[in-house]
Amino acid sequence: MSRKIDITLTVNGAAYAHAADTRSTLVDFLRDDLKLTGTHIGCEHGVCGACTVLVDGEAVRSCLMLAPQADGASIVTVEGLGAANGELGALQRAFRKHHALQCGFCTPGILTTAHALLTQEPDADADRIRDVLSGNICRCTGYVTIVQAILEARDAYRRPADAGTSR
Amino acid sequence: MTIVQNTPLVGTSLERLEDERFLSGRGQYVADVRKAGMLHAAILRSSVAHGRIVRIGLDAARALPGIHAIVTAADIPQPIPRIPLRLVPLPEFAPYHQPVIASAKVRYVGEPIAVVVADSRALAEDAIDLIEIEIDNLPPIGDRDVDASGSFLFEETGTNIALRYHTASGDPDGAFATADYTRRETFQIQRHTAAPMETRGLMAQWDESGPTLKLYGAAKVPYFNRRALAAMMNLPETSLELIEVDVGGGFGVRGEFYPEDYLIPFAARLVGKPVSWIEDRREHLMATNHSRDVGATVEIACTKDGTITGLRGEVFGDMGAYIRTNGGVVPTAAGMFLQGPYRIANVDITVLALMTNKTPVGTYRGPGRFEANFFRERLLDMAAADLGIDPAEFRRINLIREDELPYSIGKRAPHLPDAVYDTGDYHAAFERCLTEIDWTGKAAVQGRLIDGRYHGVGIASFVESGGAGPKETSRFVLEKDGMVTIAVGSSMLGQGLETTFSQIASDALNIPVSAFRIDHGSTARLADGLGSYHGRSIIVGGSAVLDGAEKFRTAVIEAAANLLGRPNAELRFENGAVVSDAGASISLSQIAASRRPDDGLLSVDGIFLVNKPTYSYGTHAAYVAVDPDTGRVEVLDYVAVEDVGRAINPMIVSGQAIGALVQGLGGVFLDHLIYDEQCQLLTASFADYLMPTATDFPSLRSVALELRLSPTNPLGAKSAGEGGMVPVAAAVGNAVGAALQSCGAQPRTLPLSPSKVWSLIHEPAATAP
Amino acid sequence: MKLPDLDYIRPGTLQETIDLLVAYEGEAKLVAGGQSLMPMLAFRLLAPKILIDISRLPGLNAIDIGPDGVRLGALTTWRDIERHAALKTAHPLLAAAIAHVAHYQIRNRGTVGGSLAHSDPASEFPALVTTCDADVVVHGAGGERVVKGSEFVLGAMTTSLEPDEMITGIRFPAWPAARRWGFEEFARRRGDFAMAAAVVFYDLDAGGRAADPHIGIIGEPERAVRLAAVEDLLTGRVIDRDVIAEARAIGEQAAQTSDDIHTPAKYRKALIGTMIERALMTAAGLELRPVAA
Repeated sequence: MSRKIDITLTVNGAAYAHAADTRSTLVDFLRDDLKLTGTHIGCEHGVCGACTVLVDGEAVRSCLMLAPQADGASIVTVEGLGAANGELGALQRAFRKHHALQCGFCTPGILTTAHALLTQEPDADADRIRDVLSGNICRCTGYVTIVQAILEARDAYRRPADAGTSR
Repeated sequence: MTIVQNTPLVGTSLERLEDERFLSGRGQYVADVRKAGMLHAAILRSSVAHGRIVRIGLDAARALPGIHAIVTAADIPQPIPRIPLRLVPLPEFAPYHQPVIASAKVRYVGEPIAVVVADSRALAEDAIDLIEIEIDNLPPIGDRDVDASGSFLFEETGTNIALRYHTASGDPDGAFATADYTRRETFQIQRHTAAPMETRGLMAQWDESGPTLKLYGAAKVPYFNRRALAAMMNLPETSLELIEVDVGGGFGVRGEFYPEDYLIPFAARLVGKPVSWIEDRREHLMATNHSRDVGATVEIACTKDGTITGLRGEVFGDMGAYIRTNGGVVPTAAGMFLQGPYRIANVDITVLALMTNKTPVGTYRGPGRFEANFFRERLLDMAAADLGIDPAEFRRINLIREDELPYSIGKRAPHLPDAVYDTGDYHAAFERCLTEIDWTGKAAVQGRLIDGRYHGVGIASFVESGGAGPKETSRFVLEKDGMVTIAVGSSMLGQGLETTFSQIASDALNIPVSAFRIDHGSTARLADGLGSYHGRSIIVGGSAVLDGAEKFRTAVIEAAANLLGRPNAELRFENGAVVSDAGASISLSQIAASRRPDDGLLSVDGIFLVNKPTYSYGTHAAYVAVDPDTGRVEVLDYVAVEDVGRAINPMIVSGQAIGALVQGLGGVFLDHLIYDEQCQLLTASFADYLMPTATDFPSLRSVALELRLSPTNPLGAKSAGEGGMVPVAAAVGNAVGAALQSCGAQPRTLPLSPSKVWSLIHEPAATAP
Repeated sequence: MKLPDLDYIRPGTLQETIDLLVAYEGEAKLVAGGQSLMPMLAFRLLAPKILIDISRLPGLNAIDIGPDGVRLGALTTWRDIERHAALKTAHPLLAAAIAHVAHYQIRNRGTVGGSLAHSDPASEFPALVTTCDADVVVHGAGGERVVKGSEFVLGAMTTSLEPDEMITGIRFPAWPAARRWGFEEFARRRGDFAMAAAVVFYDLDAGGRAADPHIGIIGEPERAVRLAAVEDLLTGRVIDRDVIAEARAIGEQAAQTSDDIHTPAKYRKALIGTMIERALMTAAGLELRPVAA
């Protein structure tokens, strides 16, 4: 039988202590329990990538992780990608400049994926970016502008202070 | 408002105004709408394609804690409401409208049988697992020969052919009897669908005191759905508010009236609490409209020198189990666009709509056109090869010249007037595309085996309609703070209309885009709106914004005249203020502040009426390499050229073109809804339903031309959202055919999956449609 | 697509884990990365009473390279392998094949033990275990036992694991630096499950002839298999274009395929032959034949 168990975690720098249902996925926990609805559910079976968040610095599909498994973890969601002054970060600005989003539904998962990639590999080339992005489905853009935006944002990640979140 | 907007914004690539909320996670989609006490619904769907419901056992499910209601057909007022047709409302379709819930029979896998309302979605799914359902199976109808078995989806009609009509122009029989050359081929486009990244969802809130219903999750056509739902619920339209929040893609399928659009409000009314239903991906693939699944037998007649003298076709659309709101568009548009941008005097087209035990179809970006262009352009390449004429030259001979426009192809569907292509230079767009792809230079690689792969280039031309009338409306409201709210009847599903409508209004009133707020959130804002489909939002919606802006200017001057005590004739609207010849000035904020409470806010209604569609056109070219050992086709280069009339925001136009192009390539190579002989859907997950990802099609280009303005609207715009999609199968099919010419392989069916292409090369006899 | 009703526990030690498996008598499932299990739960294809989270069990995520070969702890992720510089020389085939596994986000969570326990016939890791004669180290109520790689996977989603057992590690035999190898895979899209793949390696004897060739394929419906007929053909031969063409034909012949929705059996047989050919070309250092038009 499912039941609630207490977990603690930090999300975008804020600490939470919360009871999570044992059958809750991390994405449902973030959306329903923590009310962080920026992370989206596109398929719930680990294919589309819309629910991607960073768990301890690594991009992860949050529909394929149980909420209790995030106990003690440090999580970054799309809500945590902005610059410290509350404005859009370099990656987000590049997305707007290059029209790398249309309906915006897959965008949070693509931003978190790209943020993880560029944090680890700020020199990723277009092939590497496409390779990594192949785990995220976008039905609107055809990906061309997304790749352009991520390429442009690389500069900011080479100088981490500008890259957006430092939390 | 005193900031001056000096340079025109229409025609510039303004960054999108809506992006900031999407990029920061502040978009609000329907699953993000939460209300106190909100319950969650899940739907039991038929797992049987065709059968009679014998028994539904609810006891075990009802006994589960946390279950508030289980609704079946027995709970719905009789007769069970059926979903009306929004487009192509032919009387022949009347027996086939979908009831909102299955009662006696089920007709496709995914048809709703029961709705469970529970404290959580997980509990609702637990209850669904406990519902006992007994169905007596009937023989399913799945293939094209629908009446062969004597099993009928609707016994009372005695046939599974819902519609058959015939249109002709000129003397097709004569043309074929006397032709130098004829060729007849059969083609088929596989069933696939839009699969937007956000599934459907609804959140219904019933207030007994009104009574009123608020329904969140509307999209595309909220006003039509309000009308339909009001009729079904026996309520005045004014009691219903359909609310459009952010929408994660539509492409034709999202926002049409589906069974859940009745069932969820019904459930909310029953339990007296807000009820949310968020479609999961498995349900989406079996419940949301499928599309395409059109085949055709097409015959061409030509003179020896390559002049097309006749075209005959029989088009058959697999409609699935019911005719849904816009399902009739799919086969009828395929018939309509079979002729394409060519001068063909003698045409004969028959269209059939076939009922099968599959999910009902509706429109998907470029409905009927994607299919028709594939059929015709493939046949053109085969004919050109037979006649020994270069495929480009063959098209040059037959493409309609500008001096022949306007060009009527006659009446091609029972529900539509004659189709008349309006303006354009089809040849210019065609030649531009050939230049971009280097058609002449590519002759050297055409059909050659290079490093183990066959190379080929294909081209395809198209003409397509957009901008459906008859009208759209807007309302400009001067808010207390001097901001201008523009309520629009158009709907937003990611096309960037908040930006482009602001650009149009900004230029018309010469005030910056930051002065506007585009309001598309609710059916309470306007008396009517037609929504977003058929590439109509800029053309018709944007023109209504333009009209509203002009009327707004007049109304503001009128208001200022009273306040300044000057006659209207002395006043001008400039720089966000009304100024007089004598130098007096009053800003929008001041006008707003001067309104007396009884007057309410200053507001005007804009409207745009139109009874003709626009016709955009263009040519695509694809350059591919085919690996004969694996059947993998790589798209080495792709150019899409389209005349959009006028691009309000070129960046957005390009985004639409490339996005549509990749969707089209998905339809060519990947997207496929597969059924088995029992009409079981085998592709109900994203592990099985394949769509393009970032590594699949990296080399794509689009060229948006502004060659000829559309005469139907003051913006001069033609549709720009579908041209990237509609000739993709045609161009790629021709490229693959050209690459494999030495094997004699001719793509006639999609998808061009690796196994299909391998079969074309290695077992050509086995790949007839 | 919410998960079925289930409990969750995260034991601290291997012994606690085994005790829980024993106590739940087959009604518990182990979860680590969850990348195969979670979709099955979402579709409610499984309904265990409890998930036992082994993702933090100590000592199970090490990659040890020694004279006897490479030992992967069961919790080693695909990304751990990808980032391990020494593995690229210690077991280049492993590193190359793993590059085909799924996508970035899944690679961060998915584990070798999970993949092997799940034993999807189209996945890479079980094919490596089978082809490379790896040993699977298993712990259960009866203590540790070692299962030969070729005997571990019994069929599609079926292994020789007992209900009270879990995989703790996989041991790949030492890899001679001069060994020739190739890995070729064909999937619909990047990161999709393989429609066909070939895992090949052999050593060279003093005369430059293939010694002890291992030819494994993905593409049969039950599990990855080694093709003895191809291995027999290659043994003692100089691997040139002619031999490779023969190997392709024999491999295509020997592979037992069946239809699925994306892959007709006949096509898959041909594809297996092509993968064998291409993997052997790589192993032999030959370019795929450029053919003039």
